[in-house]
Amino acid sequence: MIRKEARLVENLLDPKIPQKPTRDGYGLGVVDAAEKDPNIVVVCADLTESTRNLDFKKRFPDRFIQVGVHEQFLAAGAAGLAMGGKIPFITSYAMFCPGRAWEQVRTNICLNETNVKIVGSHAGVSVGPDGATHQAIEDIAIMRPIPNITIVAPCDAVEARKAVVAAARWEGPVYLRFAREKTPVFTTDDSPFEIGKAATFRSGKDVAIVACGSLVHNALLAAEELAEEGLDVMVVNMHTVKPLDEKAVLHAAEACGAIVTVEEHQITGGLGGAVAECLAKTHPTIQEFVGVPNAFGESGAPTELIRHFGMDVPAIKKAVKKAHKRKTKA
Amino acid sequence: MGHLSDKRIKELEVLANRLRRHVIEMVAHAGSGHQGGPLGMADVFAVLYFEALKHDPKEPEWEDRDRLILSNGHTCPIRYAAMAEAGYFPVEELKTLRRLGTRLQGHPERTKLPGAETTSGPLGAGLAQAAGLAYAAKMDKKKWRVFCQTSDGEHEAGLHWEAMLFAGKNRLDNLVCIVDRNNIQIDGRTEDIMPLEPFREKYEAFNWHVLECDGNNVSAVVDALEATKSLFDKPICLVTHNVPGKGVSYMENNHLWHSQPFKPGEAEAAVKELDETRARLETELAKL
Repeated sequence: MIRKEARLVENLLDPKIPQKPTRDGYGLGVVDAAEKDPNIVVVCADLTESTRNLDFKKRFPDRFIQVGVHEQFLAAGAAGLAMGGKIPFITSYAMFCPGRAWEQVRTNICLNETNVKIVGSHAGVSVGPDGATHQAIEDIAIMRPIPNITIVAPCDAVEARKAVVAAARWEGPVYLRFAREKTPVFTTDDSPFEIGKAATFRSGKDVAIVACGSLVHNALLAAEELAEEGLDVMVVNMHTVKPLDEKAVLHAAEACGAIVTVEEHQITGGLGGAVAECLAKTHPTIQEFVGVPNAFGESGAPTELIRHFGMDVPAIKKAVKKAHKRKTKA
Repeated sequence: MGHLSDKRIKELEVLANRLRRHVIEMVAHAGSGHQGGPLGMADVFAVLYFEALKHDPKEPEWEDRDRLILSNGHTCPIRYAAMAEAGYFPVEELKTLRRLGTRLQGHPERTKLPGAETTSGPLGAGLAQAAGLAYAAKMDKKKWRVFCQTSDGEHEAGLHWEAMLFAGKNRLDNLVCIVDRNNIQIDGRTEDIMPLEPFREKYEAFNWHVLECDGNNVSAVVDALEATKSLFDKPICLVTHNVPGKGVSYMENNHLWHSQPFKPGEAEAAVKELDETRARLETELAKL
């Protein structure tokens, strides 16, 4: 059942639950953080409105730095700003930063240990009609192997806002992953959030879903429907993909004996991979992977694409049942 | 810095000679590394570390220091040599270049060596970081300046031109980009690989001031760096025309000495030639 400690909204299952994009949470969070810390600057690559920097620009015009369509400079220049004492939030679409700017992120920001926050908006296929060129579904995979990066993919706009404030205080480079499309707002100001600490939203004993990003809500819907079919499913919000909360993963594996990972990302190299790497060395566990199955995205409505690539509620239910079946057979 | 006496100029020439000797010994000892660029840049580095830069070797993180970003990180032997001679760390440590556990990585790392300022190697990324630093300094109304040492070959990287646009847009006159215009890169002559000329005009078109000097003439380098202080409202590019491999005749102007291991006897011959030059320079110095 849904855990009271998660402090989720009461109308969690209501189809008319209010929706907002996680990038909106960024826009609010960065203003919150900047009010407290004068060293925070925002660096923008010609996407002020769509990366939700309008409020920041209005409030702190002297701390808003426009660099144009220069994603490599966005990353490398920010390393310089950080060496000069600033805390830059560098903002673009995830496809372009970290996508295009990966080497600058890796060498100039991370190896260089600079305090830069990388804000990748428009991650996932839910970017929709813009198509595959703009749908970053490889970004977690390219960031995970970088030794000192922290990766956070918040589950809704409320959590996104908290993640931005927490990232501002976190010493060192952080990659914050946000989405374009509006998705259910189901956590509250009172829901606990701490970088690196997973939150179990629903307790269960048969199968554990470990999810990140806005698909956590789909995972909860799937779990509620499966409850009516007699399966008791745990749902863990693994908002921090790195450093992975290995304790929480291990607990889920031990409690349920079967895991389903859910992410709006390539199955290769994402959260599912991180969970599998963790369990292979500590507690080998049956695992099913919900994500994009080694394909590029394409144009379409966001919900159509989530269904098309097998990340909607029926697809998650199917994966849970499969994991449960494998567990029972074993 | 101001105008320097003939004696001081000669002292800097002796220092540059010493830095060149360190470069040869370090790379020979390491068994790999880059010689051509560092030898060509020795005079510029002698002037930077012993006259031009505001810095304190005993306090590498001094808040008000000038920042020197080495963009073409592979030329780090010359920076390490200059830092050791300036007192950042013992000259003995130069022998650890490229060894496991060393602070003197094959390409420099900010977090390993205090005073290295940044981590560099992948070409074309230095000016972007330097521009970010210069922008931060302007925001906070700091007086320190940012120098960025670049190679000519790395001007082929798109990121460098992104940084040039940004610096021009923001009129970063606290930023000096020094270009090691030695006309060579790994695969040959820069003008054969990917022509950079007209070089000066490109910078000017990007809203930069441009100065040029003979980078192997200490007096000319001193004057040019002094002149950068009187330029305002735009970032400054100082093109130093250098001879790659300068000081070791068999290396001069030969692109193969961008980086190649010494064969037996080659390093010794280089040291011998440099020592002969030093004896001459010291005799000249004694007369001043």
